[in-house]
Amino acid sequence: MKTWIAFWSIFYKDIKTYYLKPPNISWGIIFPFAWGLMFFIRSGSALDIRSIVPGVVAVSILFGTTSLLAVTITFEKRRKTFDRLLLAPISFELLMLAKTSGAVLFGVLNAFVPIGVGAVLAGLSGTAWLPLVLGVVFIAISSTFLGLFIAVSVAEVFEAQTFSNFFRFPMLFLCGLFFPIERLPVFLQPLSYILPLTYGADILHGTVTHNHRLPLWLDFIVLLVFCVTLFLLSLRNVRRKWIL
Amino acid sequence: MTDGSDPAIQVIGLTKIYDKIKAVDQISFEVQRGEIFGLLGPNGAGKTTTINLLTGLARPSSGSINIFGRNYNADMRTGQHLMGIVPSENNLYEELDGFENLCFCASLYGMPRVEREKRARELLELVGLDTVGKKKFIAYSRGMQRRLTIAAGIIHNPPILFLDEPTTGIDVASARQIRQMIRQMNEQNGTTVFLTTHYIEEAERLCERIAFIVAGRIVKIDSVESLVQDVQGQHIMQFSFDGAYPKACEELQSGFQHVTCEAVSANTVRVISGERIDIVPFIRYFESKGIEVTEARKIQPSLEDVFVRVTGLAAEEMKKEREGKSK
Repeated sequence: MKTWIAFWSIFYKDIKTYYLKPPNISWGIIFPFAWGLMFFIRSGSALDIRSIVPGVVAVSILFGTTSLLAVTITFEKRRKTFDRLLLAPISFELLMLAKTSGAVLFGVLNAFVPIGVGAVLAGLSGTAWLPLVLGVVFIAISSTFLGLFIAVSVAEVFEAQTFSNFFRFPMLFLCGLFFPIERLPVFLQPLSYILPLTYGADILHGTVTHNHRLPLWLDFIVLLVFCVTLFLLSLRNVRRKWIL
Repeated sequence: MTDGSDPAIQVIGLTKIYDKIKAVDQISFEVQRGEIFGLLGPNGAGKTTTINLLTGLARPSSGSINIFGRNYNADMRTGQHLMGIVPSENNLYEELDGFENLCFCASLYGMPRVEREKRARELLELVGLDTVGKKKFIAYSRGMQRRLTIAAGIIHNPPILFLDEPTTGIDVASARQIRQMIRQMNEQNGTTVFLTTHYIEEAERLCERIAFIVAGRIVKIDSVESLVQDVQGQHIMQFSFDGAYPKACEELQSGFQHVTCEAVSANTVRVISGERIDIVPFIRYFESKGIEVTEARKIQPSLEDVFVRVTGLAAEEMKKEREGKSK
């Protein structure tokens, strides 16, 4: 009970001090909206728009979560406010979950901007909403933990941003967001399958366009494995690098 | 098993090695319940590393740490509810106001909302910040920030309080207020206080026992009274010159064999003897060398003299370090 007070307090503080700041709200809305609009305008028909929605949703979540986590973790470590959290009598697991929950929520809300735009422009009838929402949550969690892994691997905010881009930009074209992985050169295709967003995008394509390569249950399991692995690796890094 | 007679803190052979450098080297000491204990030493001596080891921000390379008789080597986090920690830097949240900062820190220790808000108000009053509790932390002066950081450290009424350089870099009035708070907590609540400081006078005023730490090793540990008694029988004369006189000590040592000499600064030396010091031969000696003495005064032996003698570090050196640190 007592540790949950700490959890909610960290979560609430992060929402208030980071996520609800005007630049982040505008980033969270304008970025996915701009991405969405850019692709939707280029699309000729409602069918095209529908095929683009999964990619835009995935990109919005990925950029939203990883960008903010670099700030909330790396910045606090730099200002030594994170030491205060490390000295609190709560487990590392709970602490890191509290620090990342805000980013997960932010990522999920980000996702619904392009989904909303897509629904208005093309209608998304026939969408399997429950697996879609679950998919969005799983992508948000895996992207957040990827951001966490990056944030605890570096010392400076700018390093975190640079390191994030090292993962993010290749994911844009390697994960089957806007065109199928099969269209990639053969030597690049194995790379796609070691990136979590590939499985997230497959879920989104499956639920929105019913066009997916792997069974949805397998996508969920692989994403779950990515989430657990990235979280445990991040905890290990915190223990090794920050508790000297 | 623990009982009420166990020391608050017991450290045995604690060592911390960073990249082959021993930051803390085989230190052992005990801090009794309700005691104010000071760790005194220059920059880089290992004070902060010791606090980090005791509080769980660093892992020992070897040795053991017992808190109230229980060993926490395996996981210090399980003992962190017993500790209040005030780091050397004011690490509260700039974006939050004073009241919110205290409430947030209280919540980390699992305090329910009503209780933490009540406690935050009490502490704001205690540290004299009740009228500015709604101001953002970033808008506070350094002294105010320090006071709020200390309030955050004691929000959960910890039985042990760790203070790392509590008064470094703040104004005299705030420093005085902080010392009063520390004394008050110790007297009224029986809080055990472990503090590190550069300020010899501060350690002398506050602490019951002091450990001198130099290059990661504790070189002396005793009560303030006993430490000062060691130098009480000594007579000290301080000579200041009109300009630098770097060879003063060397020359005096060979000219006056019954005294020992310590350089305080480039133009000031101290002559120490077990017997009363007649200044006339010294003044004549300096005159014969063409050195003008601007001041000659008798110094009452203090903890500073013990520190200088035990550590071999000039007090002036410490002063420079702390001035550098507060900038």
